[in-house]
This record gives sequence, C-alpha cells and structure tokens, in this order.
Amino acid sequence: MEGELAAMGQYIGAGLACFGIAGAGVGVGNVAGNFLSGALRNPAAAGENTAFFFIGIAFAEALGIFAFLVALLLMFAV
Amino acid sequence: MATAGPDTDPTGFNIHPMDQFLLRPLFGDQIHWYTPTNATLWMFIAVAAATLLMVAGTRGRALVPSRAQSAAEVTYGFIRKMVEDVAGREGAKYFPYILTIFLFILFANVLALIPTSFSPTSHIAVTATLGIAVFVTVTTIGFVKNGPGFLKLFWVSEAPTLALRIVLFFIELISYFIRPVSHSVRLFGVMTAGHAVVKVFAGFAGALGIAAILPITAIVAMLALELLVAVIQAYVFTILTCVYLNDALHPGH
Repeated sequence: MEGELAAMGQYIGAGLACFGIAGAGVGVGNVAGNFLSGALRNPAAAGENTAFFFIGIAFAEALGIFAFLVALLLMFAV
Repeated sequence: MATAGPDTDPTGFNIHPMDQFLLRPLFGDQIHWYTPTNATLWMFIAVAAATLLMVAGTRGRALVPSRAQSAAEVTYGFIRKMVEDVAGREGAKYFPYILTIFLFILFANVLALIPTSFSPTSHIAVTATLGIAVFVTVTTIGFVKNGPGFLKLFWVSEAPTLALRIVLFFIELISYFIRPVSHSVRLFGVMTAGHAVVKVFAGFAGALGIAAILPITAIVAMLALELLVAVIQAYVFTILTCVYLNDALHPGH
C-alpha cells in the first residue's frame, strides 16, 4: 500500500511539474510576439537583432525545460 | 531509466518511448567504461560527417563553388559572423572551438532524426560534458585575460545603492554558476522530449492498425518540427557560448 502511495505521488508530481512548462510557453510567446511587433514597426533593424531573439527564447525556454526535467526525474530516476 | 524495461508488443515492434535512449554495447553484452556503445558510434558518425563536410567542401576551392563547398562556406561564414557580432573582434580567436561545437551538435542532432538511429545529445552525460567544457574554458579565459578584474562581472557598479549591489552580487553569482546546468539541460531536455514524443506517436500507430495513417501523418509533421528544433538548438547552444565568451572578454556592465 505504501509503495502504491509513493508511485501515485510520483505520477501526480510529474503531472504537476508540467505546469511549469506553461510558464515557458508564456515567456517564449512574449519574446516572439514582442520581437515581431518590433520587427514590423522597423523591418530594417529586424535582421541584425534575430540573435537577441533566439537568446531571449533560449533563456525563457530553459526554465520550462527545468520543469520537464523534474517530471522526467520523478518518472524515471526516483 | 530504471522503469524503462524492454517492452515489446506481439509483432516485436518496440514501442516504449524511452527505450530508444538505452545504451547498448556494440560488441558483447557488458558495458565497461571503455566499451563502444551505440552512443559512441553515433558521436563518431557525427564527427566524421562534420569532418567530411569541411574536408570535401574545401578540397576544390573553386571560384564558383560546388554544392558541398557552398554548404561548408555558408556554415563557416554564418558562425564566423555570429562570433564577431556577439563576442567582438577579440572573440574571433576562439572561433575554431565554437565552430567545432556547432558542427558536432548540428550533426549529432540532425543524424539522430534518421529512424532507428541513436541521439547522443539526448544523454545528459554528453551535453553536460559540452556545457562544463564551455564553462571551464570561458572562466579560464576570463581570468587569464582580465585577472581579478573578471570579478567585476559580479559587481554591478551602475546600481544606485550599496545594498542593491550586494543583492545583485548574489544574483549574478548564482546565475553564473547555473549557466553550465541550463546550457546542457536545455539541449538534453529538448532532444529527449522531441524523440520521446515521436516514439509516443509511433506507439499509437502500432496499436491502431489501419487507422495508423493518422499518427503516421502526425509523426511526419513532428519530424519536420524536430528538424527545425535540431538546427535551432545547435544554434542556441553556440550563440550562448558566444555570449558567455563575450562576458569573459568584456566583464564590465
């Protein structure tokens, strides 16, 4: 019974950890949306700033991947 | 991966989404530290492919480039420009290292999309080695170039009050030491997640019979997205290396 409870906790915890990915979705969407609105206002400056766009996406995405990692650890490593 | 045991359906088609990440020795059935495994094989193939692209691409040195030469030149020029844009002229000295990282990750990611192949970048051991190597290299460059002045990176002298500077010092310190973690886990996480999603859809296809056309369509779409992600992740890993290198070369705020 106790083992089942622990397994249940693992699955529920892994599912809850996936909520963190929603935050990464909001963050990446925010970066992309703001980049697009800026790029449409001043298309001439867009090309040389795509590097910052990708860096911003990478930083926002990292936190979501930490959440995903917690889920993976709960499922396969605990 | 304790719970990811071999799980096959009656047709022998392997559908457990995490089974593709298991290390298998190429010869024999014991794994020691020196045993060549499928990870070793696919990392070797990635290195060989990158070498082949550059060697075959630069052999002709034609004025009007062939396709291979064109691909090699575009890759070289793209990374060269990125290093100079992000890390400045001083960063160009470290361009060979950055191009090596980019080509290795690019080929490891893209070759992993071939069905039944193996994805070395979906193993934290591989990506952590790359991430820690970048961290150690960049920190060493920072101290060699700037001496103790490198510590200015943590001391935000533009902040208005001393209390704020102390708070920012700890934030900068933590964010500096979390870098190798986020750098390597990003690549590992994205590649693992992508491959696992494709295998989950493959599991649906194995169970559905004739209706399998739907999940197979989804797999094709996912693989197209994965190709994009594979290239973008190689780009992101490389550009973050350039950003860290820039911090080491110009530590002021």
